[in-house]
Amino acid sequence: MALAVDLMVGRNIPSKQTGDIALLQRIAASQDRFAFADLFDAYGPRVKAFMMRKGATPEQAEDLVQEAMIAVWTKARLYVPERGGVATWIFTIARNLRIDRLRREKSNQFTDIDDYDAESLDAAQDDALSRLQEDGYVAKALAQIPVEQRELLLMSYVEDLPQSEIAMRLKIPLGTVKSRMRLAYRRMRKLLEQIS
Amino acid sequence: MTIRHHLDEATVIAYAAGTLGEGLSIAVASHLAFCSECRADVRAAELVGGHVLVEDEQPVSNACRSATLASLDGLTIAKRPPATAMGEVPKPICNMINNVPLDQLKWKTRAPGFAVFDIPLSPGGKTKLQLIKVASGKKIPEHTHGGEELTLILRGSYSDKTGKYQRGDIADLDEDIEHQPIVDSDIDCICLIATEAPAKYRSFWARLAQPFVGV
Repeated sequence: MALAVDLMVGRNIPSKQTGDIALLQRIAASQDRFAFADLFDAYGPRVKAFMMRKGATPEQAEDLVQEAMIAVWTKARLYVPERGGVATWIFTIARNLRIDRLRREKSNQFTDIDDYDAESLDAAQDDALSRLQEDGYVAKALAQIPVEQRELLLMSYVEDLPQSEIAMRLKIPLGTVKSRMRLAYRRMRKLLEQIS
Repeated sequence: MTIRHHLDEATVIAYAAGTLGEGLSIAVASHLAFCSECRADVRAAELVGGHVLVEDEQPVSNACRSATLASLDGLTIAKRPPATAMGEVPKPICNMINNVPLDQLKWKTRAPGFAVFDIPLSPGGKTKLQLIKVASGKKIPEHTHGGEELTLILRGSYSDKTGKYQRGDIADLDEDIEHQPIVDSDIDCICLIATEAPAKYRSFWARLAQPFVGV
């Protein structure tokens, strides 16, 4: 199956992420199951690890993998490369799914910002985003921010800790957590803008 | 629409990471419906999430893989919905008030010139979400008790020492900023207010360890 996918996509893919974008586009265009299987093999294990790091059991994590990857299939046409890489898109699906699980009630489902951006998409402005992710610049930028700022980001994104709980865990005031978050965010953006 | 008051970057990160309480994140999502600048900020913050996602893997069982592939049968791929112009109420709030127009909600008058409508959230959360309606010239009553608070203006306007707030603007201020917003529009000012009670320390010992942080 992997071989078939390689043959269909072609071997002159400039980067892994461009390959992922092509896979999503093939699902969107022709409900291509080979493309889906390839995306599943790439992202299923990542979604599983992501959920387990947030406290899910392996069984719960696999349930969420299934749900997330089904959403990847049904939402494939909603993916817009100019707004970010495939990894970021699948991250938002996994994040929203987890939040919806916690809230349970249907009417309270997490509204994704993609819902508002249909018309206002500024491709020129956002074009850089998917490339930044593709080429590993986000990882490089993260590595360059001070360790105490990076630590706060990881507590948020990996451990799902609200900022008030981070404050308690680190025994620092909430205001300090917030100002470090601001510094981390501004530094990251500056680094990413310099690169792009 | 020109938005003058935006989200704090710390709030952008909390929203993107998914750690913001329900009421607060609905207020953020509602502001994002107005504000392309903050949408771009959220997208940038989500890049960190994409990075976190790809950096670790756990093997997925064959059972999960084949169940997922089998469940695609009969699933349709959603079409991109046509862009629709936003009404007075942004979508995240519409969903929660059953699309009832603001003027037809069952407002509860709390004082002359001040009415509220509570929006129910999922049980067990720490956040509260309310619409408030304040008459021209009146003060916006204080809501917080030292916790997080977001105020999004949907109709009319108010001013305080941090500036003038109009439709689409969000007040995302530090708790320690004292301000006295006064409605300065001719019409009633309707705002969405999301609040979160300040975090409680879990144990006496934790409390002892941190006596100087305002509880």
